[in-house]
Amino acid sequence: MPTLDQLKLGDRGCILAIQGEDALVQRLYEMGFLEGEQIEVLGFAPLGDPMEILLRDYRLSLRRSEAARIFVRYPVPTPARRPSEGDA
Amino acid sequence: MTSTHTATVALVGNPNVGKTTLFNALAGMRQRVGNYPGVTVDIKKGKLRHKDQTFEVIDLPGTYSLSPRSPDEMLAVEVILGRRNDEPRPDVVVALADAANLERNLYLLTQVLELGVPVVLALNMVDVARNQGLTIDPERLAKNLGVPVVPMQANKGVGIEPLKEAIARVLSNPQPSFGPTFPEAFEKEVGELAEAVGASTPRYLVRRALLDVGGHMEQLFSRGSDDGLGERLRGARQRLAQAGCTVPGVEARTRYGWIHQVTKDCVRKPALRHVPYTERIDRVLTHRVWGTLFFLALMFLVFQSIFSWAGPLMDVIRGGFGFLGDSITKVMTPGPLRSLLVDGVIGGVGGVLVFLPQILILFAFIAVLEDCGYMARAAFLMDRLMARCGLNGKAFIPLLSSVACAVPGIMAARVIENRRDRLATILVAPLMSCSARLPVYLLLIGAFLSPARGFSWWVPGVTLFGMYAIGLVVAPLVALLLKRSLLRGETPVFVLEMPLYKVPSLRQVAQRSLESGWMFMRRAGTLILASMIVVWALLYFPATNPATGKSFDLEIAALEEALTSPREEKEQLEKELDEMKEESKDDPRIAELEKKLNEVNAALEPMEKKRRDLEQQWKGQSALGRFGKALEPAVRPLGWDWRIGMAALASFPAREVMVGTLGIIFSQGKGDAGDEGFREGLGDTLRAVAWDDDPQRPLFSVPVALSVMVFFALCCQCVSTLAVIKRETQSWRWPIFTFVYMTVLAYLGAFVVYQIGSLLV
Repeated sequence: MPTLDQLKLGDRGCILAIQGEDALVQRLYEMGFLEGEQIEVLGFAPLGDPMEILLRDYRLSLRRSEAARIFVRYPVPTPARRPSEGDA
Repeated sequence: MTSTHTATVALVGNPNVGKTTLFNALAGMRQRVGNYPGVTVDIKKGKLRHKDQTFEVIDLPGTYSLSPRSPDEMLAVEVILGRRNDEPRPDVVVALADAANLERNLYLLTQVLELGVPVVLALNMVDVARNQGLTIDPERLAKNLGVPVVPMQANKGVGIEPLKEAIARVLSNPQPSFGPTFPEAFEKEVGELAEAVGASTPRYLVRRALLDVGGHMEQLFSRGSDDGLGERLRGARQRLAQAGCTVPGVEARTRYGWIHQVTKDCVRKPALRHVPYTERIDRVLTHRVWGTLFFLALMFLVFQSIFSWAGPLMDVIRGGFGFLGDSITKVMTPGPLRSLLVDGVIGGVGGVLVFLPQILILFAFIAVLEDCGYMARAAFLMDRLMARCGLNGKAFIPLLSSVACAVPGIMAARVIENRRDRLATILVAPLMSCSARLPVYLLLIGAFLSPARGFSWWVPGVTLFGMYAIGLVVAPLVALLLKRSLLRGETPVFVLEMPLYKVPSLRQVAQRSLESGWMFMRRAGTLILASMIVVWALLYFPATNPATGKSFDLEIAALEEALTSPREEKEQLEKELDEMKEESKDDPRIAELEKKLNEVNAALEPMEKKRRDLEQQWKGQSALGRFGKALEPAVRPLGWDWRIGMAALASFPAREVMVGTLGIIFSQGKGDAGDEGFREGLGDTLRAVAWDDDPQRPLFSVPVALSVMVFFALCCQCVSTLAVIKRETQSWRWPIFTFVYMTVLAYLGAFVVYQIGSLLV
């Protein structure tokens, strides 16, 4: 099963599960990382880490080591409520 | 306790939703800050007036959730639950939410709803939501949530009055609020647990114990000796996992499920999501090449503008204090009191206040960066770099704040949840070049490395940047060492919201900047003044000349008086001579005037020398002078004489004191430059001083100036910083550790710079 850190720029995925019960996982849940939510990779910091993620219409930064705890379904068949750039 | 009860309104909300703006709009300019023992966060308080009523407003720390993992996060929960003796229980909680990101913002609201206090939802940034194509029906949302909802644009003052009215309405008719219902299996476990811990623990805290694995409540319960509560928690979580209510996911699923139910018929999202301008900006600003270049350029701009914009303002302040000092010298009789006023108070505080313009500019920059949303991008760009030294991107904000002042920077380290990361950040924060070092840098760069000294226009900026770069390089290295040795452990959470970019509020920026300036002034006015007077006294006493039995001060004053007219005569002659030479080189009167000038000089010089010698004797035998001399062998390798060593010693109360101390030591010890003493400015004075044992050799050179600057870049001569570290870590161990390691670093750094510099020059 792929994890979020394996996705590339512009990839969209769907959250399947989050592994663990520590502070990180609780924080991810609170920030809205829930099973079934769609996420998109918006970018990477200059040194390739952390990554910028679009979740529930807001952006957040996540370390790759943290994203590795999030299992995703990828690719997702239908785009999220977000047109690709050509549509805009 | 007062007999008339003032209703209390508490403000909660996520970070970046405009809570500070709303608080300022509600509480006005008269705000106070509350401190709490054992807790490292402050709470701002103010008075809210509405018609004929007055409420107390308290601004709780911005947070995504009320799931306390530390005593700091516990504070807000305890305040709202009314479990603190030092704060009244709020009568109403205003939950501020970002309308453009409603679901996540309502998460916090669902927790507040369980705390049993009436709630008002302030729906902020409705304009941003509208621009993104979101439509929200506030009335229906209010009905679904069971609490009043007030749409707002706090930054434009829209919705403030309706919010006040809603608060007043809720206060006159408080309604209990209800949050989501948790699964039955979960409620059953909570009920059993609540029975076990007793009725004195509110339901909400029992839930937290169960939900926050390794959180604050679990720690409290487990610490409660051998009643087996820790064991019970683990058992309950296991049963819940088997029942399909896995902790901690059950909480998020329950709350977000409820939020979805509540919002589905009153929030409409556009079919096509507008790509906000933020994403377009971010494509450049977080780009690996352009983003990094922009970041570096921005940092350089900040430093160069501090240096060049503040100049005119500084001249005004400097002129004002110079005039004040001269006026007092003229009207007062010589003696300890005049010396105290002119040299200690005016010279010292004036020499510090003159740097206020730079501090205001720097803090305005920091406020703009934070307010517009760029700070989070900076953390994003810097995280990998910080991670390499065992810190995280969040440490960037405290460290960048430390560039202004380590005191708020160290306090800002509270945003770092992990204790070890936070401690590492706190311990290296004083290495960042703070504004108190700025006076030292600016003085020495201005005096020795400015275009006026024959350097190119970019040298001052680059030198200043270099001084800041020392902190930027050394702090991570020290952090890495600490994380590998004293503070070893696993890497903690780094989840950072990237807020929407917005135009910074001028009022907010001005307020931040002025607050910081005021803080600096208060420090300058109290702590620094006190240390200045101590230093002045150590330099003034003993004041009796052992050779004559008279006071040095009075002897010098008498000499000064006798010197006045010959000095004026000399100046007049020099002026006439210059004018004459300009008109014609062969005027026969030139030779005549030169002869006269030589005569005056011959009479003047022994008196000037006597004055110089008196000054030297006086300072040399003063209490601080004796100490400094004893220490000279230790500072010689840095290129310093005992006077620079003395000034460094005397700057222990705060680094900026160095400037005032140099002023006291050298302005008074200066003999040959003649009449205008203090007014000529400390920079000129420093260039004119020579070694005691070799009057031909200037004391200061570029390597010496750099050595002093590097010493100050690395040392921890700042009582306030050490006091804050003590307060934040609740132990003397860390401030002592910080002082020792930084002093050692500073000495080594200054030594290397001076030795290498001397080889090159």
